[in-house]
Amino acid sequence: MVLLQIDFGIIIEKLVLIAAIITGSLVIAMYATYGERKVAAVLQDRRGPNRAGPMGILQPLADGLKLFMKEEIIPNTSNKFLFIMGPSLAMLTAMMTSAVIPWGNEIHINMLGIDRHVSLQIADINIGVLFIFGVVSMGVYGIMIGGWASNNKFSLMAAMRGASQVISYELAMGISLIALLMLTGTLSMKTIVEQQMAGNWNIFYQPLGFLIFLICAFAECNRAPFDLPEAENELNFGYHQEYSSMKLGFYLFAEYINMFISSVIMATLFFGGYDVPFIDESTLSVNVAALIGIISLLIKTVIFIFIFMWVRWTLPRFRYDQLMNLGWKNLIPLALFNMFVTGAVILWRQG
Amino acid sequence: MQSLTKRSESVERKPMTWLERMYLPGIFKGMAITFSHMFTKTPTINYPEQTRPFSKVFRGLHVLNRDEEGRERCTACGLCAVACPAEAITMEAAEREPGEEKLYREEKYAAKYEVNMLRCIFCGLCEEACPKDAVYLSETFAPANYKRQGFIYGKEDLLIPNPLTDKEAYEKAKGEREKTTS
Repeated sequence: MVLLQIDFGIIIEKLVLIAAIITGSLVIAMYATYGERKVAAVLQDRRGPNRAGPMGILQPLADGLKLFMKEEIIPNTSNKFLFIMGPSLAMLTAMMTSAVIPWGNEIHINMLGIDRHVSLQIADINIGVLFIFGVVSMGVYGIMIGGWASNNKFSLMAAMRGASQVISYELAMGISLIALLMLTGTLSMKTIVEQQMAGNWNIFYQPLGFLIFLICAFAECNRAPFDLPEAENELNFGYHQEYSSMKLGFYLFAEYINMFISSVIMATLFFGGYDVPFIDESTLSVNVAALIGIISLLIKTVIFIFIFMWVRWTLPRFRYDQLMNLGWKNLIPLALFNMFVTGAVILWRQG
Repeated sequence: MQSLTKRSESVERKPMTWLERMYLPGIFKGMAITFSHMFTKTPTINYPEQTRPFSKVFRGLHVLNRDEEGRERCTACGLCAVACPAEAITMEAAEREPGEEKLYREEKYAAKYEVNMLRCIFCGLCEEACPKDAVYLSETFAPANYKRQGFIYGKEDLLIPNPLTDKEAYEKAKGEREKTTS
């Protein structure tokens, strides 16, 4: 009698997918550091890294090696458990978000006697957007715990800044997404993408919502102009002041993974995810459609990452009161207004 | 008050308009400016591969010159050492032996000729003092060194290659500042 039948195929398939996505996002984050320096250089009429390999393409490897070779210092007044947990948590939450993102529709494997349709999404849970919000708001614990455990005034100050900033901007971000969710009527990322493939991209219905989401995403990632938790000239280095070696590397890396993931989320929610404009994917074979879908998602993501960097190297940092004014007095009313207008239009169209 | 230049602008402290308070137009303007810098030419000179050309009058390392027959011009008169404000030049004179006429132009020559490149201020007074056109400053500069001793350049470092036996190296070392007067 079989009580519980386990489909080993699905376990293997998910494990492979998880490995591929984690490797992919790590590599992309790695090259985002290179891209960041190159974009900064180009915008400032400089050359950027060009010594390691052709065009400096091996620079991230050299940087990583350097970080690994550094001495690992744990200050003796710090809380050791929390000190190690901080960067681990930052990295973990950064990676976890990628679980619910649909990277493509599905691929069809038909070889070696296996005939499977593999969905290119680790978990298609019906509360995908909510899951992302939950995990992203956990990300601030990495900053907070790191800053707290360092037992250092500047780090603690930076941690408090980071925490209050993320909480303030999460509100506006959530409200701006509610308008989008009222439109789509679902929280599942995959369904949102499928709706956009059938109709228009959500950016045409929610331009204001997208703008608010974009600004909040900058703040959530602690990127300039909202990089107050690591404001160099005010707080030395912010929450990762006491960190060295790969623990520092984890913090820096988590920032780039966050940037990558939020670019993917923006592409998925507002720019059709793996949808290619002007092409009807259903006429193509499944695997070809999946391939161009992934490529199109990555292109959209790279464009967003470029915008992240472009903004960073253009705008100066906000003052703290300006940051709070923008968040609470401008973005939240604007997001509420957007939500009401969207609701009114939906009700009016229903008659 | 009359302004000194035409470029000065008076500062107005009127409150910002609604559009200015939105900041977005300003942000887009700034971003357009940075984006336009993607298409401007990078003024960087990639140093080890590329070098900046020196001006014609650049005074660099000293060269001890030879005449057309490959003989050393220097007679160790010591005028350069006297003229040198930094006292960077030391020399020892020696008498030309019979049979050395192909090596030294006159009866007296510099057996030792040292310039301390750490003391030298590259003023070019030695070049002006020299009655025999034997020393002049070239268009290269002293490379970095780990020891002070390495900056004391002797005759083997300063002397130009023989134009008769090693024409190519001679042309390369000659530079454009060789003195041809007198």
